[in-house]
Parts: sequence; C-alpha cells; structure tokens
Amino acid sequence: MSQTAKKKNVRWVEEPELGFWESTFVPAIMQGLKTTLKHVVDRKPVTQQYPEVKPELPLHYRGVHRLNRDEKDRVKCVACMMCATACPANCITIEAQAAPPEWPDRDKFPKSFVLDELRCIYCGMCEEACPVDAIELTHIYDLTGESRSDLLYDREKLLGVFDRTRNDARDPVRTRRGVLGPASEFQQLPALGPATGVPQSDRSAKAETAGVIRTTGVEGQR
Amino acid sequence: MPTVTVNGKDVEIGASERLNCIQAAAKVGVEIPAYCWHPALSVVASCRMCLVEVGDRKPDGTVAMQPKLVPGCQTPAKDGTVIISDSQKVKDARKATLEYLLLNHPLDCPTCDQAGECYLQDYSFNYGRGYSRLNEPKNIKPDKTYIGDQITLFTDRCIMCTRCVRFTREVSGSSELQVVSRGSHEEIDIFPGHPVNNPLAGNVVDLCPVGALCSKDFLYQQRVWWLKSTNSVCTGCSTGCSVTVDQNDERVYRLKPRANEKAQGHFMCDAGRFGWKYTHSDQRLSAPEMRTNGQVVSRDWDQIVASARAALRKTAAAGRTKIAAVLSPWMTVEEAWILASFLKSLSPDAVLAMGPVRVEGQDDHFPKDVRGNVVEPVKFTIRAEKCPNRAGVQAVLSHFTKDVMPFEELLRLASTGQFGAVYLAGGDPDGWISELQAEAFSKVETVIVQDFLPSPVLKHATHVLPSGTFVEREGVVVNHKGLAQLIRRSVRGPDGTRPDSRILWELTERTGLVQTDVVRSEIAAQVTALAGLSDPALKADGVLLNAAQPAGAV
Repeated sequence: MSQTAKKKNVRWVEEPELGFWESTFVPAIMQGLKTTLKHVVDRKPVTQQYPEVKPELPLHYRGVHRLNRDEKDRVKCVACMMCATACPANCITIEAQAAPPEWPDRDKFPKSFVLDELRCIYCGMCEEACPVDAIELTHIYDLTGESRSDLLYDREKLLGVFDRTRNDARDPVRTRRGVLGPASEFQQLPALGPATGVPQSDRSAKAETAGVIRTTGVEGQR
Repeated sequence: MPTVTVNGKDVEIGASERLNCIQAAAKVGVEIPAYCWHPALSVVASCRMCLVEVGDRKPDGTVAMQPKLVPGCQTPAKDGTVIISDSQKVKDARKATLEYLLLNHPLDCPTCDQAGECYLQDYSFNYGRGYSRLNEPKNIKPDKTYIGDQITLFTDRCIMCTRCVRFTREVSGSSELQVVSRGSHEEIDIFPGHPVNNPLAGNVVDLCPVGALCSKDFLYQQRVWWLKSTNSVCTGCSTGCSVTVDQNDERVYRLKPRANEKAQGHFMCDAGRFGWKYTHSDQRLSAPEMRTNGQVVSRDWDQIVASARAALRKTAAAGRTKIAAVLSPWMTVEEAWILASFLKSLSPDAVLAMGPVRVEGQDDHFPKDVRGNVVEPVKFTIRAEKCPNRAGVQAVLSHFTKDVMPFEELLRLASTGQFGAVYLAGGDPDGWISELQAEAFSKVETVIVQDFLPSPVLKHATHVLPSGTFVEREGVVVNHKGLAQLIRRSVRGPDGTRPDSRILWELTERTGLVQTDVVRSEIAAQVTALAGLSDPALKADGVLLNAAQPAGAV
C-alpha cells in the first residue's frame, strides 16, 4: 500500500512476537479447558420452554394485524385503500361501500377487507399509511391455520384480533390523529405568516391599524 | 403574425386564432392554473386561480404593464400582449387564492374519489402551500346524494367554479344545475324536481375539477392511481367519441371522454359512458364450439379454426354453392379487410354483405332549449346509427363488390339454399339478428358465427368463435364523417375468447402474431378511399379520410 493511501486515523499494528510459553500452546489449551469446565459445572438452562413459557418480545414487534374499532364500536377503517396502495406484498384487498345514513361522519367504509396473512411480509407499511390508525400490527406471532384460506383474514377476523388485544398492555391503541389524518383536524395552528407577501415598501406593511398584513420574519416575504 | 410574449419568450399566434392568455401561454409550455375556465365553456373568471400580470408592448417598444393582476382566462392575447406568470406577485396571488379555496374544503382526500386526479391537489402541490390559517370551524354543508341518477354531489368539496352549471346551460341546454344562495351559503343544487338526467349528464363529473360531483357508477370502486388508461374510441354510435378506457386487473371501470377537436370535442354521452358493461357480462360466449347435427364435437380453438377454413375452402372448390360473409359494422377496418380478401381469394364470386346497421330514432343534437328544440350552434350530437364503423366496412366492401349487398338480400339468398358456407360476424351487443332471420341459415351447411354474446343464429351454427368486445381489440373505426381512429386493446378477454383480428388472422393462415399495422399498410396501398390509414396521425387524434368535409362539424 502506498504511503499516501494511509489515513491518519488508521493505526497500524504488527502481530505480536510469540514468546516461549506461547509457542508451547499450553496457556491457550488451559484457557480452552477452563471454558469447558465452566460449562460442565454450570446448570442454568438457556433453552426457552416454548410454548409453556412465552417469550418476551420487544415493544416494536410486528405481528398479526388488527382492525380497530372506533368509540361507537364501528370499524374504524374508512376504506381509503392507502394501506393496499402502500403494501409492497400486495396482500390487502378492500371493497368499499358508501356509509349508511346513520353514519354522518363517514363517506365510506370497507364492505370487505381481506388481508392475506401468508402473503404479508409484516413490514408495517399499512400501519404507517393509514390516515385514521385503523390498521395496526399486534404482538400476536403464533399464527396457525389448517389451510391457506384460513389465513385470509377478513374484516370480522381482523376486528376479532382487536377485541382480543384491545386490553393488552403491549398493544395499546396508538390513535393520535384526527378524523382523516393530521391535515383534516388542526388542534393547534402553526405560527405562520400571511399568505401574501407584501413588499416592505408597501404602505400596508407600515400601517399600525388592525387587520394589516405584515411580513416581518415570516414566510413569503421578499 | 401577432406575437405574444410569455415570461420573456416570444410566441407567434395565428392571425385568426382567438386565444386567451392561458392558451397563449400553453403554446410555450407555460401552465397557468385555472379551475373555472374550460375550453368548451364560457368564461366567468370566478376562481381567480389564473391571475397573471398582463401588459402591452407599445409600437415604440416600451411595455406598459397593467397595475393589477388580471384573470388570464378572460384576457385575450393579441399582438404585443406581454404575460408574466412567474413573478413573485403572481405566485403570491396563487397561494392566497388556493388558501381561500381550501378554507372550507374538508381535506378528506383519503376517502375522496377524485384524489389522484384532483386539481386542488395538483395546484396545491405546485403553486400552493401546506397549511391553513383558518381558526374557526369549517363551513361544512350537507352532501346531496341525489342530484341525478348517475351523479352525487359532495357539497363540502365544491369550490364553486360553476363549470357544471355552465355545462348544463350551454352544452346540454337542460339547465338543471344552478347556484343557490350567496356568499358562504353558496351551493350547487338542482331545481326542485329536475334532477340532472339529461343524456350528457355524466360530463359534469369529468368537468368538476375537484371531487364534488362524482359518478355513482364509479364511486368507491377504485382509487384512480390504480387505473391504467388506454386511448380508444367509444363504439356506441357513429359519432365515434375519442375516449380513454380506464382498467385495472383486466376489468374496465370507466370510460372518460378524451378531448379531440377532430372527433367530438370534449364530451361524450351517457349511453357511451356507461354502455361498456356488456364487456363483463356473464352471458359472454366463453368457449369455441364445433357442432355436428347440433352436438358439440370439439372445443379446441386450433381444430375449430382449421375446420372452418377447410369448410370454406371445400365449398368454394366444389363450386355447387357459393360462400358468403356478413361483415358487421362493428368490425374494424382491418378485420373486415382480412375476412373479405380471404373469401374473395377463395372464390371470386363469394358474396359479401353488410351486416345489419342498427338505427334508433333520429340524431340527437345538443344544446336544446326548454321545449326540446335544438339551438344552433350544435355542440354535441348522439347519432341514430348505433354502430361505430359502417363507413369503414362499407369502404372495404365497395373495394371488392360493385354494390354492397344489404343484409336482408343475403338472408333471402341464404333461405333459397344458394350458399354452402357463410361466415357471420356479429358484434352488436344489443343483438343483430332475430329468430325469424336466423331461420334463413337453417339450410346452410356450414355456418361460422363469430360473436361475443349469444344470438338466435347460434342454433344453426356449425362453428362458434367467441370474439372480443371493443376494449379487447385493436383496429381502425371510421366515424360518420370519415374520421378514422384507432381503438386499442386495454384488457384481455375472458378465458376461451380471442380478439376478432386473431381469429381471422389464424383463419386466413397468416403467420406470426397479429400485426394490425401491417394490415393497415396493405389496405392503404390497395384501397384509395382508405389510403389515409398509413398516416401516422392515426395513432394520435385520427385521420380524416375524405378531407373535403370540414373537420369542425360535430
């Protein structure tokens, strides 16, 4: 390697010379035997006794999906199909239907919502895409079925998962958004300036009366 | 030539062109956003989205700009007009306009059908801003689920551009829609008891730049970004409206008109817009059949096509009886040409007849006044002739025979037992032959039927060839005034069916895959009336075959 290619923050070390004891290999053998003896006397088990003992999973574990219910126990999903659009495995099929007149806050809801749990890669994109936090991934990982069609989870099954997990401390309902995503319901208005930038030389920018559009320190000024 | 300056770039416009600033800017590729302006409707300049700086170049070269922004849609571009659409002043005005338009907009894009093709989204992204300063509750008006059999109105999404109102007043003439109340109570509504059910009603959905007017037929069916569009032609009548066919997963979801000044303009009728449903009918013929004495003996495509070919050959060679073909006005020019030339090559005295041309009532012109009288100038016409390609098939037939035999004459000849083999091309989704007419073919030895829906003649058929509808085929159709346009394949047909051109391609033993452009150049070289088919403009907005007729006639 050329001298110039050597970086300043790279420390070059040479292999240490073997001494007399090292070249007999006795210390290395003793070290190995020590490890072996430690395992012989150590009786603490390392095997997880699944399924008698369930594992502790990290909080961000992504398991079986659920469809949340809203405060009136209706399916929360608004059938916008953002999850189906975001899904890289193409495992979500939604058929939308106009909401009944008793639901004035809704335009549509899913007539059918089928999620292929076998096709899913559990990436969590659906959860991220959902504007109403209706689809969420739970901690359930032990998914079994007798046939492929058993694992096509429909709307009722996914709502069932919600009913099973709604009181589980590991699967809190993570709703933090408005009716249709953050844009649809401003709780706090951003401290932002006027829409129209008025040049500083403009008469209206200098006036002290109420209702004047100012441009000091705001977006849109020249 | 008048010269207009757009953002510092000079562009020449035609002396007789009457353009506004939006159109003049489009000539240099500058987009001036607009909601209320539409090329086929009158100008109201109400949305204020197209505000631009406009000035005049004086003869001495100085430019005098107008002190205020003016709406580009309402300002004519003339010699010396200077348009500035990229100044800070204009950009600020657009931001302010968009903020205003979005004040009471519900921002329910996830559940809105327009999302993905919405001008509010596009313009907010390109010219607007990402936040609102409205500190009060939004003014949400209740939706009107019934303003027409096919149309629903989401009142809260409306931006009051009044395109729909002007359409019903100026193009359909039926004036069902209006603006009720004023100020922030403004709403689009129908006159009580007069829903928007005119034959052109569906166009208000396309005209709506936001998701306020939605088609009940398409509502919540698909998200628009999943749809794949193909440019094609509506085959509902001989007007031949340019359309786009939107499909996903081999299923058509909607037809939308495609602006084409050579064809129909900007609109299409509801009969065509919703008239493609037969494509996904359960009744579709789904397997080829070969029958002997009424019993199905084969369902194998290769065997059946070969047998049909052999039967035609045998009958032509024997010479005792004639061979004949009925060319449907639903066929494309290429299909008609392949079939007609094949039969003529087998036997010079093969009989070629034009299939039944369905005519329903009179041509329906728009706009109409309240009494139903047509108001000049006519802006849209629904033709009485309910087939797309009579003119094209006629041109092919007249190349081979002196006078085209009408269908009734062929039926008469068939019932006298003159024919040994007939090839019947169907294709009319509303049925093209009656029980009585079908009886004429009971004496014919070989009856080859190519169709996609069952018809009475299938009873007498020896060979049934399930074919494709217009969304499954490619070829040229010629409309009432001689405009040749391409229909394009957008979906695969159901299993067991084949597009007509492929059936005929294999019947006539052409090699390789179907190449309609090869057939087109063949036709263009041999038929003078169809020489225009080699014009590359065919792939864009069509070719006028008899250029003597003015292109503007609707």
